[in-house]
Amino acid sequence: MSIKEKQEEIIEEFSMFDDWDSKYEYIIELGKQHPPLPDVDKTQENKVSGCQSQVWIKTEYQNGKMIFRADSDAIITKGLIALLIRVFNNQDPREIYNSDIKFLDEIGLIKHLSPNRSNGLLSMVKRIKAEAQKYLNNN
Amino acid sequence: MPVFDVKNIRKDFPILSRRNLNEKPLIYFDNAATTQKPAIVIETIRNYYENINSNVHRGVHFLSEEATTKFEEAREKIRSFINADSVEEIIFVRGTTEAINLVATSFCRGKIKENDEIIISFLEHHSNIVPWQLLCECTGAVLKVIPINSNGDLMFDEFEKLLNERTKFIALNHISNAIGTVNPIEEIIKTAHKRNIPVLIDGAQSIQHKKIDVKKLDCDFFAFSGHKVYGPTGIGILYGKKEILDAMPPYQGGGEMISSVSFEKTDYNVLPYKFEAGTPNIADAIGLASAVEYISKIGMDNIENYEKEIFEYATNKLSGIEGLKIIGTAKQKANIISFLLNDFHPYDVGAILDNEGIAVRTGMHCAEPLIKFFSKIGTVRVSFAFYNMREEVDKLVEAIYKAKKLLG
Repeated sequence: MSIKEKQEEIIEEFSMFDDWDSKYEYIIELGKQHPPLPDVDKTQENKVSGCQSQVWIKTEYQNGKMIFRADSDAIITKGLIALLIRVFNNQDPREIYNSDIKFLDEIGLIKHLSPNRSNGLLSMVKRIKAEAQKYLNNN
Repeated sequence: MPVFDVKNIRKDFPILSRRNLNEKPLIYFDNAATTQKPAIVIETIRNYYENINSNVHRGVHFLSEEATTKFEEAREKIRSFINADSVEEIIFVRGTTEAINLVATSFCRGKIKENDEIIISFLEHHSNIVPWQLLCECTGAVLKVIPINSNGDLMFDEFEKLLNERTKFIALNHISNAIGTVNPIEEIIKTAHKRNIPVLIDGAQSIQHKKIDVKKLDCDFFAFSGHKVYGPTGIGILYGKKEILDAMPPYQGGGEMISSVSFEKTDYNVLPYKFEAGTPNIADAIGLASAVEYISKIGMDNIENYEKEIFEYATNKLSGIEGLKIIGTAKQKANIISFLLNDFHPYDVGAILDNEGIAVRTGMHCAEPLIKFFSKIGTVRVSFAFYNMREEVDKLVEAIYKAKKLLG
């Protein structure tokens, strides 16, 4: 599935919720289920700045695709990470770099999460794209 | 009508009728970050720009005359509000941060030398830490910090031990913005003055809450921000004793702060203008004066008593929630409650409260050394104003139970 299709799938999923209470509940649930990053990977290098909670993203490449694993000490942030990873994992770095991430806006996450937090969210997207760019530059 | 009619007072604040994105009524508990503005302040600023706007102190025309009169009347109102001796002691600045930077830069220029000591406390906001660190970097002076105990009270005996012949300045807050401790500033000022050490009080969290009398306090400097006392942002006050301000070199150079300029020699203006380089923030100075007039009408004693009641009510209610731990249990506290809920990240709790229309602050509250002493991940902070109601505290409690359920 392409990045665009994955985004559409998430938008569709969120359209089934009537109110923000259930959207929050869903994001929290995603956060709880998201596998933690081992402590050894919670390095300064993997840390994303610009988020109120701590966020780490570890990047790997397999057969030309990018694999992201990430964690946060806040559960809602972790839920958001889970959504991002779902969109970006196993994708071609060029696709990631060129992608238009519209689902955050469309499901209202940017509007509903205060600037601090949405900045964190955007910092994560920026970081993921920067990792893709790094790969493209090196190959 | 009861002495303090909160329902009526709320009508003075247009923003309090707002709703959040889920159409839940706004419950504003982030008053330590900034307070809301009564209609009279908004109207005063609008009127200034609609009818009076002009530059001050230099025009020959009637508008400039009117603007100057209003601006200087504002200074007088603020003088009276904090009971300073003269308007020469009231310097308009951008806020508490600029006031402290002004003192750290100007008062200390030439006076602070290598190995001299500046005392602050463990409870300080970054704005009362970093300016002193900058000064220490330039001069080789040493920053000393009054420690706190596990309740968040300053250790007075440790403060006394820090004093010596190298101590040149003391700067501390009146009320901690992060955990609400009220510091014994009267005693600290008295003790410091026995050794002729000047004291600056950061009043950013006390000016809106209790009657400040700078003469009675006998502090050498008192700094506060307009926006924390129901006035506009971008304006604040540095009070300084006249003889001290007189002896200080200017902070910034420019128009207004001079009496005559030549390339060979410039003479500086008299107080308070010596410290007000450039066109001042005229509209917001006048706005701030209308804010202090507004709260003076309500009465600072009434405000303090009412806020005390809300604070105690909230402290009791929150203490009753299992898994909620109040951070900072000092003997004297006011207006501010920091807390942790189970092992949840404060950010998660704050986000859920926000979804319920409740505005709180989460994180380190610009007091990282202090908050990290208690919690590596920050805290949730609720802070009150006289327009808050018991019913809002009850809603907060309900929302905290909801957060517990969702995050648990």
